[in-house]
Amino acid sequence: MFDLEMTEDQKLIHETVTSFAAAEIRPLSRDCDESGEIPAGLAGKGFDLGLIHSAIPEEQGGFGEQRSAITGAIVAEALGWGDLSIAMHLLAPRLVVYPLLDAGTPEQRTTLLPAFASGYLAATAAVVEPRFDFDTTRFATTAAAKDGGFVLNGAKCFVPLAQEAETILVLAQLGDERAGFLVPRGAAGVTIGEREKNMGIKALATYEVGLENVVVPATARVGDDAAVERLLNHSRIALGALALGMGRAAYEYARDYAKERKAFGVAIAQKQAIAFILAEMAIETDAARLLLWEAAWMLDQGKDATRECVLAKRYASNACLKITDNAVQVLGGHGYVRDHPVELWLRNARGFTSFEGMAIV
Amino acid sequence: MIDFELSPNIQSSRQMIHMVAEQLMRPISREYDEREHEKPTEFLETMWKLSAGTSFGSDREADKKAAASGPKEGNLASCVSIEELSWGDAGLYLSIPNPGLGGAAVLAAGTAEQKQRFLAPFKDGAPKWGAMAITEPHCGSDSAALLTTAVRDGDDWVLNGTKIYCTSGLMATEKSDGFVVVWATVDKSAGRAGIKSFVVPAHTPGMKVIKVENKLGIRASDTAMMVFEDCRIPLDNILGSAEVKAGTEGFKGAMATFDATRPLVAASALGIGRAALDFAREALERAGVTIRYGAAPSTLTAVERDFMEIESELQAARLLTWRAAWMMDRGKRNNLEASMAKAKAGLAVTRVTQKAVEFLGPLGYSRKLLLEKWMRDAKINDIFEGTQQINMLIVARRILGYSSKELS
Repeated sequence: MFDLEMTEDQKLIHETVTSFAAAEIRPLSRDCDESGEIPAGLAGKGFDLGLIHSAIPEEQGGFGEQRSAITGAIVAEALGWGDLSIAMHLLAPRLVVYPLLDAGTPEQRTTLLPAFASGYLAATAAVVEPRFDFDTTRFATTAAAKDGGFVLNGAKCFVPLAQEAETILVLAQLGDERAGFLVPRGAAGVTIGEREKNMGIKALATYEVGLENVVVPATARVGDDAAVERLLNHSRIALGALALGMGRAAYEYARDYAKERKAFGVAIAQKQAIAFILAEMAIETDAARLLLWEAAWMLDQGKDATRECVLAKRYASNACLKITDNAVQVLGGHGYVRDHPVELWLRNARGFTSFEGMAIV
Repeated sequence: MIDFELSPNIQSSRQMIHMVAEQLMRPISREYDEREHEKPTEFLETMWKLSAGTSFGSDREADKKAAASGPKEGNLASCVSIEELSWGDAGLYLSIPNPGLGGAAVLAAGTAEQKQRFLAPFKDGAPKWGAMAITEPHCGSDSAALLTTAVRDGDDWVLNGTKIYCTSGLMATEKSDGFVVVWATVDKSAGRAGIKSFVVPAHTPGMKVIKVENKLGIRASDTAMMVFEDCRIPLDNILGSAEVKAGTEGFKGAMATFDATRPLVAASALGIGRAALDFAREALERAGVTIRYGAAPSTLTAVERDFMEIESELQAARLLTWRAAWMMDRGKRNNLEASMAKAKAGLAVTRVTQKAVEFLGPLGYSRKLLLEKWMRDAKINDIFEGTQQINMLIVARRILGYSSKELS
């Protein structure tokens, strides 16, 4: 029966992550963006909330909780509200952990998961490719069966934390199907490029990753084409929810500013030209959340949800871009200077149409 | 627990109502668009038999009690039903005999005795209509500026004034034994606080329909202009207290009716939008254009992009609407959410139907198909029951914590 009430567990998680974002993330957002660094120790604090290991089975050292895309969307929204780069950094280990939980072999899980359950361990997935016609339905990066294993070739970009991650989950095309491959960072033929210089997400270290005749054993393969589709869909929910959280941050900031800022003797929020922009922001954040929750609910039900996930992510990304742009507009000149956070959010927001597979619920 | 699955009851009634929409409404849809001011008598009789006794709107007290005894879903069920009927034909849906918006006002603000007196006749007998008269020739959105007066004279209220754009006004007051809820001021000097609503039964002397409007769309539904000249009704036909209190509490009470009805109007918008979207999708598929949802952005055609956009706009409007109804079912205050839903749905259906006409090119513009009609029908949802702008204003006041004085 139709219901929008969170469970008691979800409310608790929501409250915990929201307080963490307000106390530990948002205050660092500007400095991290300027310095390009996230303070050592923050990832550990995030880990302690259970962001990574709550879904890892007890036998591998986790809490063994049911993984839920809806709960994931709630968490991602709260973290995205704090700061997008930091949120992606804290969630990065999921890029290997969650695909293993979904489609990993028992051996892969036993070997790899315990390390992720015992503390923050950087990991990453290489999904996006540096080409304008990047297509998640057919990767240009290839895998070919050879001598009982696979040979990988291609180029990836927007790979978070590639320099420090021991394991990279590479999504590649294996003939007509897609699959994931666990590639050690140090494997022969893997080159980690210079740290990328992006318009936004400047605090998140991302890299180009080159793969030239990289040989991996048969046991490196994670999942089949359907598993890749699930991974991409869970990623769409995560990215959409991060966009939503950041959009909500921009909306709240613009709303509060507009109530303070006076012009012509009244608060600018008392002018319809501004008030209607704020009303639209409020409606669009709620609309995006409902679409994301619905798509996440379908994933949790095990339904085919590519359409819903694609539409929800598109909607949330577009809403976020419009909201952050309007937030800069509401602040006017103050929105354009780096004393206020809205310009940072606008730069971050533009990326969502290019981001795929960089976070996962 | 967050759940997007409609209950089995709602799903099965939706299937049934969809059949009604497909088999009884679609075949006469074009005919009663062209024959404005004529009534599809057979259809109305059938709908009266099918739906007699069902109310439109929400009984706030009953909702609160029901919420205490377990989850209820009457408002959500109404939204789903109305979407299906409007998928069939929005004008015909609006012309179905039932207590309508007048009934919603009685449910929202009436006493138990009034609910019984005014709504029980809708359970049997000949078809009846209820209506609500707020708008006047000189004021629409600014309903507090209305000029119609109600003066107490002994055991009566005496109404004088002119009302326009009263949906089903003709059917409610002259063609059946229904009623119209009329908004009038008992004390003009009191401003909003002086505005009250009154139930005027059909055929009351002094009430007369003087014009039925010719409209852009929803032509199967009559929209009446009526005058009240020394129109006398019993004292206890006032909804809510007759007392004029300082402040705006009384007016707010009257406006609360809209919290119940806006999601229902939004639901009607969704039905028209879905009709256009379904039709466009099928037409495009027959022409070899399928929407590739997961495809690379660089390969998407303009039609695919536009289609995805209107599809998600419509779904966003649907979920906002369901949320507002769900809150009402749970006995939660939904003033903000009802206005969000109405603002979004009115705008979404306007865009969806206009885009669908564009997709079909010259075919979309032709009256051989229903698309152009849906586009005309859709536009009213962006206007009545609070224009898009009025609903945006309400949303803005609520999120900013402003009174109507602080943000006007």
